Amino acid sequence: MRSRTSTAYFFLAPAFLTLLIFFFLPVTASFLMSLTDFDIYSIADFSNARFIGLRNYLHLLNDPLFWKAVLNTVYFVVVAGPLSILTALLAALALNSPRLRWKYFFRLALFLPVITTLVAVAIMWRYLYHPRFGLINYLLLQVGLNPIDWLGDPHWAMPALIFLATWKNFGYLMMIFLAGLQAIPDYLYDAAKIDGANWWRQQIHITLPQLAPTTVFVGIITAIGYFQLFAEPYVMTQGGPLNATLSIVLYLYQQGFRWWQMGYSASIAFVLFIMILAIAFIQNKIRKRYGNETR
Amino acid sequence: MVTKPVKYRLRNKALTVGLHAGLGVFSLFTLLPFLWMIGASFMASGEASTFPPKLIPNHFTLEQYHLLFSRLNILRYFLNSTVLALGVTFISLLVNSMAGFAFAKFKFPGKNQLFAFLLSSMIIPGQVTMLPVFLLLKKLGLLNSYFGIILPGMASIFGIFLIRQYMVGIPDSLIDAARVDGASDFFIYWRIILPLARPVLVTLALFTFMGTWNDFLWPLIVMTREEMYTLPVALAILMGEHAPDPELMMAGAVITIIPIILVFLFLQKYYIQGILIGGVKE
Repeated sequence: MRSRTSTAYFFLAPAFLTLLIFFFLPVTASFLMSLTDFDIYSIADFSNARFIGLRNYLHLLNDPLFWKAVLNTVYFVVVAGPLSILTALLAALALNSPRLRWKYFFRLALFLPVITTLVAVAIMWRYLYHPRFGLINYLLLQVGLNPIDWLGDPHWAMPALIFLATWKNFGYLMMIFLAGLQAIPDYLYDAAKIDGANWWRQQIHITLPQLAPTTVFVGIITAIGYFQLFAEPYVMTQGGPLNATLSIVLYLYQQGFRWWQMGYSASIAFVLFIMILAIAFIQNKIRKRYGNETR
Repeated sequence: MVTKPVKYRLRNKALTVGLHAGLGVFSLFTLLPFLWMIGASFMASGEASTFPPKLIPNHFTLEQYHLLFSRLNILRYFLNSTVLALGVTFISLLVNSMAGFAFAKFKFPGKNQLFAFLLSSMIIPGQVTMLPVFLLLKKLGLLNSYFGIILPGMASIFGIFLIRQYMVGIPDSLIDAARVDGASDFFIYWRIILPLARPVLVTLALFTFMGTWNDFLWPLIVMTREEMYTLPVALAILMGEHAPDPELMMAGAVITIIPIILVFLFLQKYYIQGILIGGVKE
């Protein structure tokens, strides 16, 4: 351990200055902006912005579009989150099986959507969802189901985004689960087999409890990521039909960078931040409880 | 007595077959969209808008790719994406590794508090800083320039954390030995620590490159002039005009994702290690 402070500060300086200018000061500035009526006139001259206290936040409470965006986003998080986690867990259990051959191929195939560009695959899915020519409706017809106007029907547009998000993201969670599975000591299973536990009982009484910390971690990163839903509705539906896929970040973007209501947009950003903090807080509580019980 | 092992073996066999069939269907579910994407990109205009949908073109054609390069300026977007992804990757690697080194191998007042503060601020979503950073870049005249993406991307808390975790594991005795030989701090950083930290540097480089290449929201805000679009922004804007041309759009999508898949295939070992370090964090 060196103890020469000035050298340490020299090595820290570039990162620290960058974070200060492009992260910490903007966070503060953003909060101050959320207390003003900063709009297109203020962009030309900042002094046109006036301090209006909490009026933006009060306005948000009475803004039906904002509430719509919150509900849509919560719908997306609450359905796509568990669906992605469950899919990831099943895939990880299958990949971890000692019976499996071509493990490398399967792992790569399931992981491929994770690394690809979201905008590119969202455009691709837009065509897959095409009501007449899309591959998905074709497959539905093959199994005897009626075609669905995925992106045109307000009831189906959000489920369509949820399937896309699950397809795109489960592979990432799958990798984390795989690592979690490989960290479970073999002797637990050996002991269970001696006690005559079948595969199902082993999964329920050993695998799932052992994976609990991993699952909580996966849950939090999924929830935080999904709360920031943006590119999918931007590319596929522009928030439609009938605002059925308007998300919080899409609304923030529209207010801030399309209508230049930047003060209002900043208040949306802070509400989003508070929601994410709340999730992290709940997750922390859950983790502490698990910590007390299993360790 | 004899039937039991046979029955067991049969069951075993059935389970193995079932597992492979299940994973096969699963893989088809992830791969089929890509197969359609690639197939459609080689179709003549209009061929992908037919029923039933097909994966293989009747007549293989490079028409769509030709159109993208000759009329739609995609080479420019490709270069923009490449310059930005490489620029952000190299500069942030330098900046983050310096900070990671300071946190891992130096003592200074407030170190632990500063590190804890950085970690806890990772929870702040990027959208919170977007508006002021946009205004700052506008004042500086850096909208529609590479700096508009490179400057805010120069440092990342996640990157500092990742590198610091790795460098803590490098023995102090190596540094002390170098110092006895009269090596400077910069020499130690550049010639001893960085080479030893190569695996984590590759991991972070890969994450940064892919993250910058795939990023959408920030480039969409900063790059409003056509010649500054990155590939994802260009695709999204092209979609406005060319939505009825799936063949063309899919060719654009293929050009966008091929580089990222190639980079991943070469360095996937490092990518997976990165996920695991990130996962161990909690």
